[in-house]
Formats: sequence, structure tokens, C-alpha cells
Amino acid sequence: MSVLRKPSVLPGFGLTLGFTLTYLSLIVLLPLAALALKAAGLGWSGFWDAVLTPRVLAAFKVSFGLSLAAAAVNAVFGFIVAWVLVRYRFPGDRIVDALVDLPFALPTAVAGIALSALYAPNGWIGSLLMEWFGLRVAFTPLGIAIALTFIGLPFVVRTVQPILQDLPPEEEEAAAALGATRWQAFRRVVFPALLPALLTGFALSFARGVGEYGSVIFIAGNIPGLSEILPLLIVIKLEQYDYAGAAAVGVLMLMASFVLLLALNLLQAWMRSRHAR
Amino acid sequence: MSFRDRLSALRANRLSVGRLSALAAGVALAMLTIAPAKAQTTLLNVSYDPTREFYVEFNKAFAKKWQAENGQTVTVKQSHGGSGKQARSVIDGLDADVVTLALAYDIDAIADSGALPKTWQTRLPNNSSPYTSTIVFLVRKGNPKQIKDWDDLLKPGVQVITPNPKTSGGARWNYLAAWAYSLEKNGNDEAKAKQFVADLFKNVPVLDSGARGSTVTFTQRQLGDVLLAWENEAFLSLQEFGADKFDIVVPSLSILAEPPVTVVDSVVDRKGTRKAAEAYLNFLYTPEAQEIAAKNFYRPRLPEVAARYADRFPNVKLVTIDGSFGGWRTAQEKHFADGGVFDQIYQKGR
Repeated sequence: MSVLRKPSVLPGFGLTLGFTLTYLSLIVLLPLAALALKAAGLGWSGFWDAVLTPRVLAAFKVSFGLSLAAAAVNAVFGFIVAWVLVRYRFPGDRIVDALVDLPFALPTAVAGIALSALYAPNGWIGSLLMEWFGLRVAFTPLGIAIALTFIGLPFVVRTVQPILQDLPPEEEEAAAALGATRWQAFRRVVFPALLPALLTGFALSFARGVGEYGSVIFIAGNIPGLSEILPLLIVIKLEQYDYAGAAAVGVLMLMASFVLLLALNLLQAWMRSRHAR
Repeated sequence: MSFRDRLSALRANRLSVGRLSALAAGVALAMLTIAPAKAQTTLLNVSYDPTREFYVEFNKAFAKKWQAENGQTVTVKQSHGGSGKQARSVIDGLDADVVTLALAYDIDAIADSGALPKTWQTRLPNNSSPYTSTIVFLVRKGNPKQIKDWDDLLKPGVQVITPNPKTSGGARWNYLAAWAYSLEKNGNDEAKAKQFVADLFKNVPVLDSGARGSTVTFTQRQLGDVLLAWENEAFLSLQEFGADKFDIVVPSLSILAEPPVTVVDSVVDRKGTRKAAEAYLNFLYTPEAQEIAAKNFYRPRLPEVAARYADRFPNVKLVTIDGSFGGWRTAQEKHFADGGVFDQIYQKGR
């Protein structure tokens, strides 16, 4: 009996599963439960009263809208970066590859300060944009979008890259042998295989953007109803010692993110099954 | 260096680390056995951001005095951050022996959690505020926009930099100072005061979350024509960036900012540090400490010290939070709570 069982690196399924569940409970579920519990102090009507104010809804639009926009930008340009890194060799490609991870490693507040210095009306890029296009970047919603794009980039590159690397060249060769142009081969063969990974990267980048505080707070104008993000509202509520209200906004963010991520996951699963057919 | 050399160096290093820790353990053991409770006391002072330099100097003076009087070494650890955030840390269990925060409201919140009596502000002289400050304007050198008083902040084309009163204790002083000015000018007309601060905040392009953030926006990002700042922060900016870049403008009326201090009873009683903690705060009121405060740009309470720094701190008509606003709890509730006056001025069509 035991001979037939597939040997596993980790000993004992029961033991490892038990560990997994305990670990996840301690690290993920318990803190989230504590958050929900704090918010529960308000009761249902209190929860909606705390959350359905014009100010929270405006911040909701800013946080989720700009995170989606930033994730979309990252999906396009992250894809190109991943493509270049995998398909071409050029001097310094290793360095470029390492650069992609920088937004991961940099403390977000440092990123925020650097970005706002750069895009401020007197900054290197900000002054040029102001002069050429009359465009204000720092302290506007556009600045928030730029910060969210910055911190979300590695997610797309790092999810697409390995899949692209492992893509069997035979499939493309077969397509070429059957008379497909390069564009057709890309559109019909390569892209569908990469789409689930791209979606994962998009979802991760989006989720990160929604929760981002440190880098945004310095470049956003933080004007109520205009450039105020949800995490800032949580900080504002905490500053008034309104723990329950802060938790309520947190729970709202969590619910919205969960629904969106679930939808993306289902879409992804559906696409995988279609591609595997 | 060859690999082998490196390895042996590493080994030697590890050995010395091992020896060192053995030595440290030995010393610790020796200290435990020879010197009972008396040798050392540690206090934690939980404060807000701009007091860092002041307390470094003050702690040194206090340790010296305590050593001389009690033959005991006292180490004061400092924790700095936004005032409200610091208060929340104490509520959530940070072992602060004393708190020295930006506004009484934050200590009230700690009192509400039961860590200290609600009457804490009567325990020390001067509302438990050993030093004060006020709100002044920092403008660019030469004052190109001719900003002299609060009215000038409402002019079209003038950009005012202030942090968000919802997230920054310091910003609440700014806002209330403007409010008090308008009340004084318009014979206590509340509607006019509301319009006044609404117009003022229309000229605010960025609401940073903290006072230091606003200082950076104004001084380094070169944004805005005037920064509403604590007097001590304004002086620090002059010191930091050079008096050739900025001028300080003192308005005709401002608010007396009283950063309060108190002992956290639940902590000192548990740790047995009450005596040292109380001595620490009382020392703030002595001429020696008042001198250090004045050097660090806080207005001293002792008249004889204040007299020595009279040219640094010009006389200005100052209203108080208790006199004009009925205390922090009332002011907070009316102006800064959800749906309060500050929220209202941002709701009607911007």
C-alpha cells in the first residue's frame, strides 16, 4: 500500500495540512476576522451609515478606478517588458531584469517621495509636462495613477515572464509552417497561452493598488472628494479614534476586492479550460 | 581574499561573536547579582514629531540632575510620530511612562481608555503644558505676495499650504487660529467664520497628512506662497534651509498652542517608575528646562526665561482653546468629527 503511494517531500499529509490551516488562520484569517469584528460593533445599519457617505464613495471611486486604470496600463506595458526580457538578448538585459523588482523592494514612502519630487510642478518631469502641455501631475488624481502604476509593474512582468519562457517554440514553428504570419501566430497561438498569466498579473497589480498607502499619500493632493484614497479615509477615522468606522471602510475594501478578484479568477479558469481544449 | 581566507575569517568572527555574547551574559548576570533595583531606571517618553531635538537635549539634563540627586542612572527612551498615532499606540499597549503630545484631545483619548484619570490636565501647572507655541506664517523671502495677516490668505492667486486637520493635530491649531481671527474680526459671527475658513481652504492645493509633510511641500517642492506652521517648525525651517530663503510673518491674532504632558498612571504603577516619571515632567517647568525649550524654539512659560528670548518670540494676541472654543473635546466634536464644519466646507460644490 505505502509503496504505491507517491512519495512526497514533506512528511505526513495530515501533519502538513494541519500546519497549513493553522498557519493561514494565524496569519490571514485571524487578523481579517478581528477587522470584521471591529466593524461588527456598528451593526448592519451603522456599517452602511459609516460607509455610504459621499466622501467614502468618492474615495472608493478614486481608489478602485485608478487602481484598475493603473493595472490596465501595467498589463499592456508590463507585457511588453516581459516579452523583451524573454525574447531578446541585449547588453545589460540582466540589469533591466533586476530593475523590474525595484518597486517591490523600495519602501513605498520612499517611492512616494521620489515620485512627487519628480512630478511636482518644479520637478524634473513635472516642470516639463507643465511647460509643454500645462499638465499638473503631482497632487492630482493623475499623480495617484502614476504611483499605482509604479508599484504594480513587477506583478505583471513576473507573472507573464515564466509562462512566456516555458512556451514551447514548436507551437509557433508549427503555426509558421502552416503559413501563419508572425502577427497571426502571436494572436492565435502565443497570446491565448499567456492570457491567464496576464490576468493574474493584472489582478495582483490591481489588488496592490487598492491597498496602497505609502507611495500615494505623498503624490496625491488628498483633497476630499477629489484626490482622497480609501486607505487615507481609514487613517482619518483612526485619527478620530473611530476604530469601528475605520474597520468598516476596511471591510468594504476587502469585500469589493474579494468580489473583483474572484471574478478575475473565474474568468481565468474559464480561459484556461478553453485554451486546454 | 581567497575563499579559504574568507571562511576562516568568518569562523574567527563567529567565535568572537560567541565570546562577546558570553561576556555580555556574564556582565548582565553580574549586574543582576551586585546591583539590586537601584542601579537603573528606564523611562519611555512618547511624543510627537517636532519635539525630537528638544527632548534629546532635555533628557541629558534630566539624567544628570537625577544622577546627582538620587545616585541612580536614568535612561529616557524617545518615541516620535504623529500625535494621534502615538496616542493610539499608547491606548493599544505601548508602555509609555509619560506622554508629551501635540494636543490635549489625544491625551483625553488615552484617558478614555482608562489608563489615566480624566482630570489629568489639572495635575501640572499651566494646563499641563510646560511650553507653548503658536501658529505663524512662513513665506518666501521678501514676502512677494505681501502676506501680512489672515485676510491676505484669502486673496485669489495666493496658495496656502497646510496639512489636513483630519489627520494632523498641528493642522487643527492652524484651522482654529483662522476661525478665531474671523470671529474676532466679525464680532463672533459664526457663519462668517465658516465662510472664512471655507475660502481659505479653497486656496489650499494640497492637504498633506502631517505637519512635516506640509513643510516639505512648501520648502522643497516650492509649492505655495505661505505655509501655516507652528512657530517652532517655522524657526526650524529657517535654520534648516537658511534664513535667506524664507521669512516668518506673525499675524495680528493667533492661537496659543499648548502641547500637554502627563504621566500614564497604569504604566508607571505597573513598572514602579512613578517617582522618576513625575520628577521628569516637573523638571520641564524649571528654569534650566525652560531655557532648553526656548533654545529649541518653544515659548517658555517662566517669565524670566521668556524675557531673555523676547526678541525671538514677538508679542501677539493669542486666544486659547479653552477660552474661545470650550476645550478640545467641544472643538473636536464641532469642527473635525465626521460631518463637522471642516467636512461641510468641502461638501458644497468644489
